[in-house]
Amino acid sequence: MAFEYPLARPQAEAPRLPLLVQLHDWVVTVDHKRLGIMYVCTGLLFFAVAGLEASIMRWQLAFPNHNVVAPEVFNRLFTMHGTTMVFLVGMPLILGLANYLIPLMIGARDLAFPRLNAFGFWLSLFGGVLLYFSYLGGEGLSGAGTAPDVGWFAYAPLTERAFSRGHSTDYWILSLLVSGIGSVATSINIVTTVFCMRCKGMTLARMPLFVWMLLVVAGMILFAMPPLTAAQLMLLLDRYLGARFFDTQAGGSAVLWQHFFWIFGHPEVYILMLPGFAAVSEIIPVFSRKPMFGYAAMVGATLAIAFISMGVWAHHMFTVGMSAMANAFFTASTMLIAVPTGIKIFNWLATMYGGKIRFATPMLFCIGFLFQFLCAGLTGIMLAASPFDWQLSDSYFVVAHFHYVLIGGLLFTIFAAIHYWFPKATGKMLSETLGRWHFWLLVIGFNLTFGPQHIAGILGMPRRIYTYAPGRGWELWNLLSSVGVAFQALAVLFFVWNVIRALRQGPPAGDDPWDAWTLEWTTTSPPPEYNFETLPEVQSRRPLWDLKHPHDPDWHHE
Amino acid sequence: MNRPVYPTNIFDPVSTPAQAIIELSWLVLWICAGIFVIVVGLLTYILIRFRHRRADTDEPPQVYGSTQIELAWTVIPLLTVVVLFLVTTRTIRAVQSAVPPAEALQVTIVGHQWWWEIRYPALGIVTANEVHVPVSDRARPQPTFLRLESVDVAHSFWVPRLAGKTDVIPNRDNHMWIEPFEAGLYLGQCAEYCGTQHANMLLRIMVHSRGDFERWVAAQQQPPVRDLSVQAGRDLFQATACVNCHTVRETVANGTFGPDLSHLMSRATLGAGVVDNTLQNLQAWMKNPQHLKPGNLMPDMKLTPQELEHIVAYLATLK
Repeated sequence: MAFEYPLARPQAEAPRLPLLVQLHDWVVTVDHKRLGIMYVCTGLLFFAVAGLEASIMRWQLAFPNHNVVAPEVFNRLFTMHGTTMVFLVGMPLILGLANYLIPLMIGARDLAFPRLNAFGFWLSLFGGVLLYFSYLGGEGLSGAGTAPDVGWFAYAPLTERAFSRGHSTDYWILSLLVSGIGSVATSINIVTTVFCMRCKGMTLARMPLFVWMLLVVAGMILFAMPPLTAAQLMLLLDRYLGARFFDTQAGGSAVLWQHFFWIFGHPEVYILMLPGFAAVSEIIPVFSRKPMFGYAAMVGATLAIAFISMGVWAHHMFTVGMSAMANAFFTASTMLIAVPTGIKIFNWLATMYGGKIRFATPMLFCIGFLFQFLCAGLTGIMLAASPFDWQLSDSYFVVAHFHYVLIGGLLFTIFAAIHYWFPKATGKMLSETLGRWHFWLLVIGFNLTFGPQHIAGILGMPRRIYTYAPGRGWELWNLLSSVGVAFQALAVLFFVWNVIRALRQGPPAGDDPWDAWTLEWTTTSPPPEYNFETLPEVQSRRPLWDLKHPHDPDWHHE
Repeated sequence: MNRPVYPTNIFDPVSTPAQAIIELSWLVLWICAGIFVIVVGLLTYILIRFRHRRADTDEPPQVYGSTQIELAWTVIPLLTVVVLFLVTTRTIRAVQSAVPPAEALQVTIVGHQWWWEIRYPALGIVTANEVHVPVSDRARPQPTFLRLESVDVAHSFWVPRLAGKTDVIPNRDNHMWIEPFEAGLYLGQCAEYCGTQHANMLLRIMVHSRGDFERWVAAQQQPPVRDLSVQAGRDLFQATACVNCHTVRETVANGTFGPDLSHLMSRATLGAGVVDNTLQNLQAWMKNPQHLKPGNLMPDMKLTPQELEHIVAYLATLK
């Protein structure tokens, strides 16, 4: 629908600058949109790296006693894969979306602190570079390099000098410290922006759900990161200044590290997942042609998830020998979090109910998300029942569970978001045909890879083993799992092709290709550096709906 | 019909705590399956019924929410969660609050990078990687209580058909118990990543009939065989660094860093389960321990072929 929104109409056609000048502009930029794009590109780049690492692991595990990589190489691969996916793929992707979209959605010209924003991005990127530099510099000057091999949650005392010699663990610590500071900086920026820079008329109750959820995520980062930072510093002190926090041979506590790590680690899961929910809460309404069902309940559920998520960490530790009371408490808190999560799923379904659902690529990814995230939530309930967890913990069932959360859940929503907002960011439409190939191959590949891992786990396969003997009933499930990788890789290639093709010859997107309702669609695609010529003013949650339907605006109903 | 038996299938318990866990697990599984069917059914119905049809340009009725419906899908899941929580606590109590009866067998498991030290303090037995316990019958129950320690990093003791896993953490004593009611061999392995050879830190639990168990105990309590025909190997063994890490009772070898070898040949596997304990494998292991289990902490002793032969001949007598 060609709809003319009266507020912004910049027409400047900039002359094409030399490549070096363009690159320089990207490096020195403080524009939230460019930083957002750079965050997303960083995340996708590391996603490719982590995907390659995973592919090598799956090739190693495709057959019993398979001998593709040495044990220590395999251990480095899963450590780097996990660390990369959480800190260098998940975080940049969600912060990138937040960066790009929040000012546009709340009718602001930029984030509150543009230079801090650039600082945060470059810290995150350099944190990532530092981690990968360990492949070259892990052993310092004395020999060949090596990456960390302590697992992404780096349980003490395996990380102490006695068991982890050389510098690989130090690279791991420093890289997470550095990128963590970047995340905290950006979170402060987001919170300030949302509280101080909303356009006229945009009360908190009229904010798009995307902004609400990212606001909560930013708040959670501020609470969750410090324990990790503290633990990393304590570990550094242990390793270099003879402290004894986690040094069990000198009376330190191994379990202390686990508490510190998971007090960060579990909120982190929701920090990664809520932005996915956020994107879905924008996309499903637009493609169902209905407003989000139960806006207030969605906000309430988000706050409930954030609050409860701070009190569930020890469900990662049901097997460390906690008291029956502690196990019961963390069972209860963990199961409780299913309630607000369930409310969200029901609200999305209710939004689709009675709508006119258009199966464009962003919506397909949302549907994939709904199905896979449901599976993830249900296996989550199984894992929350602590006795069941005594069997399933640290098995491939857990690997399957969190990949259903983070890949089937988060990554699918990220792809939905990229397909949905790509036209806004570039002014070009992606191909629907290629998008559908991407989607279906990824659905098949993803479920083929991670579905069978549930069964391998139930048959007793522990995670993080570089090999296994035949005869346990694991062969078939591992082989299927490895075959799935090929489909996923192909899906990603379709995505890359789609993006390159769209950038070169994609049809122009126009301001509002999806006939959507939030403020980012009022400005041009791509938006000018200043976002809006005049700052918009809103009277409801769906300002564009009001304009398109002046006879029945939303503020009559809210 | 002969069902395939998977040696580490958690849904095939043969011990009281594993049985208790699986009863709960089935209940949780069925409830989750019910939710899955309902939600996927709803999703499928919505996708088909409310798909956009061509040439339909009107917007659907705009519905903003409904307090009653919201309340319903808050309260119903909440009640489900309460039920799940209550049944779960019952199982937590049943497993965690068990008190060892007087006749319980007490075994201490010590995790090492990458093997298990098995001690029977009351029986004076020290062995490795293979836990031997008696079967427990209903008439005369005899559970086995395990005390878990680690000398280096965190490990986890997991034999899926006997019990859930419990972590083996340095500077902390953990406890768990098993009560197998069928004799046989049950497999398990370390379930907490503990370094290079985590994958080959395997466990074998031999559950014996009571008589067999007593015979095993008696055999283990015997001093190591002293065979004069392998005196050369024995002398060589005692004169090399072997003794710094390994124990053979009644010799100068009293190291504790590696497995106790007093009854090495009574064990079925070498290298914490990485290969069968055959003469050939023993020789290969001694020739270069890094070949069969790369990264393990036993160094290549650089033995000459002659020395190798003598030492292997000696070890082979340690039945």
